[in-house]
Amino acid sequence: MSDITDAAAAPRPAAAPGEVLLEVKDLKKHFPLTQGVVFKRTVGHVRAVDGVNLTLRRGETMGLVGESGCGKSTVSKMLVALEKPTSGEILYKGDDVTKMGARALKQYRREVQIIFQDPYASLNPRMTVGDIVAEGWSVHADIAPRKGRLQRTQELMERVGLNPDFVNRYPHQFSGGQRQRIGIARALALQPEIIVCDEPVSALDVSVQAQVVNLLEDLQDDFGLSYLFIAHDLSVVRHISDRVAVMYLGSVVEEGTDAQVYTSAAHPYTQALLSSVPVHEPHLRGLKERILLEGDVPSPANPPSGCRFRTRCWKAQDICATEAPALVDRGQGHPSACHFAEAKTVVPTE
Amino acid sequence: MSDPKLTTLGHDETGAGTVTPPAEESADVAGTQNSLWSDAWRQLRRNVLFWIGATLGLLFVLIALFPKVFARGADPRDCSLSLSGQAPSAEHWFGFDQQGCDYMANVAFGARNSLIIGLLAVAVILVLGVLVGALSGFFGGLVDSLLSRVADIFYALPLILGALVVLRSGFLGRGVVAVAIALAAFGWMTAMRLVRSQVIAVKSSDYVAAARAMGASNSRILVRHILPNAVAPVLVYATITVGVLIAAEATLTFLGVGLQRPAISWGLQIDAGQRLLRTAPHLVLFPSLILTMTVMAFVMMGDALRDALDPRQRS
Amino acid sequence: MSTASASVPYAPGRGGSGPVLEVQDLRVQFRTDSGLVNAVNGVSYTVSEGETVAILGESGSGKSVSAQAIMGILDMPPAEITSGRIMFEGRDLLTAPAEEQRKVRGPGISMIFQDALSSLNPVYSVGFQIGEMFRAHRGTSRKEAKKLAVELMDRVRIPAAAQRVNDYPHQFSGGMRQRVMIAMAIALDPRILIADEPTTALDVTVQAQVMDLLKDLQRDTGMGLVLITHDLGVVNEVADNVAVMYAGRIVERGTVDDVFGNPAHPYTEGLMASIPMLEAKGGRLQPIGGQPPNLSSIPSGCPFHPRCPKRRLGADALPGRHCAEDVPPLRLVVPGREAACHYSEEVLGV
Repeated sequence: MSDITDAAAAPRPAAAPGEVLLEVKDLKKHFPLTQGVVFKRTVGHVRAVDGVNLTLRRGETMGLVGESGCGKSTVSKMLVALEKPTSGEILYKGDDVTKMGARALKQYRREVQIIFQDPYASLNPRMTVGDIVAEGWSVHADIAPRKGRLQRTQELMERVGLNPDFVNRYPHQFSGGQRQRIGIARALALQPEIIVCDEPVSALDVSVQAQVVNLLEDLQDDFGLSYLFIAHDLSVVRHISDRVAVMYLGSVVEEGTDAQVYTSAAHPYTQALLSSVPVHEPHLRGLKERILLEGDVPSPANPPSGCRFRTRCWKAQDICATEAPALVDRGQGHPSACHFAEAKTVVPTE
Repeated sequence: MSDPKLTTLGHDETGAGTVTPPAEESADVAGTQNSLWSDAWRQLRRNVLFWIGATLGLLFVLIALFPKVFARGADPRDCSLSLSGQAPSAEHWFGFDQQGCDYMANVAFGARNSLIIGLLAVAVILVLGVLVGALSGFFGGLVDSLLSRVADIFYALPLILGALVVLRSGFLGRGVVAVAIALAAFGWMTAMRLVRSQVIAVKSSDYVAAARAMGASNSRILVRHILPNAVAPVLVYATITVGVLIAAEATLTFLGVGLQRPAISWGLQIDAGQRLLRTAPHLVLFPSLILTMTVMAFVMMGDALRDALDPRQRS
Repeated sequence: MSTASASVPYAPGRGGSGPVLEVQDLRVQFRTDSGLVNAVNGVSYTVSEGETVAILGESGSGKSVSAQAIMGILDMPPAEITSGRIMFEGRDLLTAPAEEQRKVRGPGISMIFQDALSSLNPVYSVGFQIGEMFRAHRGTSRKEAKKLAVELMDRVRIPAAAQRVNDYPHQFSGGMRQRVMIAMAIALDPRILIADEPTTALDVTVQAQVMDLLKDLQRDTGMGLVLITHDLGVVNEVADNVAVMYAGRIVERGTVDDVFGNPAHPYTEGLMASIPMLEAKGGRLQPIGGQPPNLSSIPSGCPFHPRCPKRRLGADALPGRHCAEDVPPLRLVVPGREAACHYSEEVLGV
């Protein structure tokens, strides 16, 4: 790695590993459902995110998994202040992001960056790669003096595995995996503490996906980054994450280290999810217990009372309809939001 | 496709940029940083259509500035009724009009008024359309509702009728500028709609979200991200509108509120000529031909500019 | 460039009698502004009754284009079938008169797509669209067609089929829409069903339901199933035989157990190594280097050689087996296994 990128990483205050960087408390986002064009009236709310608690420590990767519509993308948008929460707190180094003024928010946005899912939509087609990567420096001029920006851009490109001679090319001249690298370089340019990765590899081909996962891991080691890694692919999340949270219909149903969640899942939804993932090794075929869920995910505009999962759960009792289970450890070793949480090994271990 | 870097397999950072061969050698020499505009200019310079359009456009601008040079020595007001409606000849290329004035001189002298009306009106339309459309699309909500309703009100009045009412009222006067402003005042809405819908589409894209997430200001997002991706359709619209507006001036003249004699314009000439279409077809033919060529020049330049501003169009 | 022509026949796995569908040396080109795109370059495979053949490949491998050629739904131009035969029950579909082709496509071979929403017409009820199959091909009356539609919806396990028959596509969830598509595809009891990424757009729990349904339907009807996918897990769980495609060619073929258990082509091997595991955290991923090939300038020799860790160039290569010069034919490596690699024996370790 080059001197300048090293120097770029230097001004960060060295902090004790494991220090809590980001803490999300009871985060909610309700989108109003409106009717009428001229005179809009609210007829209900979509509870996209409904009470999410998360913590992210320095240098760790927190995985957030869930199926489409579970609210994981809305969480990521709120974390990078693209959406305003309906209620709840996002504490970054102790300060509440939702109450920050313009100056503090700008600084926060420098330190918390995002990588998007679609490498085709996330780069401005009319900007050169160099301009895209360097844009953050125009906004936060103190990071890089105007002189030498081109050189730093090229160093960053090299660091993420792009040919630095291509600074003057446009996004459409690159493949999906390379575009994702451009997006990573853009985030990296601001020397962030945290990068929110919103499905960063799900649009990529299998062979390229692994390249990007490895790159993210290397960058984490080199720059001491913390990741919130959002994805629907459970294998990728397990591979990259230190801790994992599983979301269903707007809230976290289970949380723990990757081993806890994947080998002793305690929430019925997590168990069903794990059992549905097809494994690619022939010798493991058929060894997994098959839990096929009935029906579809209920609408977040009208979620079930009590436990959100009870309508599809084989363990549901009367209490599940009346009382929402708290996300606590009921003796299974890690928090799980089920009244009848019970650790179980769904995925065969070798 | 054989990449020398590939000898280090296992190192997964290889083969960057092998998707398309370099568009242009000079563009790839790192050391300078290109911008959209410098790349667009490089692209424009290589576009034959642009040069044809630009040459034609320049020619007409020169005619408008120095009509005498192009009148071949004839004075447009030096007329002799004995020559009324004479057909083109080797001496007088465009023939004579009804009053017996040299028609080539008339067409040359008409360029100034016609071009001023067309260009000025389009400039006003562009500024108004982009500004109102961008504000409306970008801020949405109440601002959008308000501005869109205002546009709807203007839509309710047809271009010609609106201009007619304004010019009749007389508070703008009856000159060239008045006609241009009157036409622009009732012609900006389509441009605004075009910009607004593009801005709305671009606004929700991930790259705008990315810019916002790095703390970019609204003005930066509008200027760097949204407008460059939203102006292409309106540019094309504007180039075509130049011709429409020059022709509209003719209609206003026909209705008696546009330019009036002794002013000279292509609109007036076409208007006067169409009454003599059977006996002296050249009176309609020449100004129409020149008008068409003017419009073509702008359409060619507009097309070339749109392609140049879209990197995906570059080969 | 005469590679994988109608080569050595391979043993159909758990399939039944002779092949129902036989694709021979299919080649498809696209004429585009930026040149000739060679999407499919000599693909041959067979599908027998009751057999599930998976066509595995990444984007741009030609897996979908070859299926579209079979179904006669390629846009020609820009596409052009330059050579090959598509034999269905002994007749060549490519040279058959249009009327005969129409009789085969639908009742004989049918297809389901990744995007069920855009494949269904939003202005007709799903019952009407399913019934349309019977009316168009069998001249069934409207009333009878609707009755048959309800039966089919029951068969694909759409709950409360009789009530939902008059609903419109947008009123169904993604998984239910895919079931409607399946109902339409199996309406006329086809002998071959081509499923093009049938579960890619679906959540993992729904994906498991749909794959289960397809398997059950296949068992009941004995139809041959061609499963086109990029997902190694899905292939492993449902297919008997697999053909791995790269740059418009089949690079390896055999039973799923053999191919995934011990790959004979470096590309297959690379794919297996780049996927993270669900059952263990695993070490660093081993991605395939480089980028997928550009189909308008496919590398000379073996199309995979620029990315291949096992390639042999120059003096290393055996005569006539130079990876950058000689195109490796798809050949029988060990009984029941074909691979298009000069050095398959080394890859296999035999």
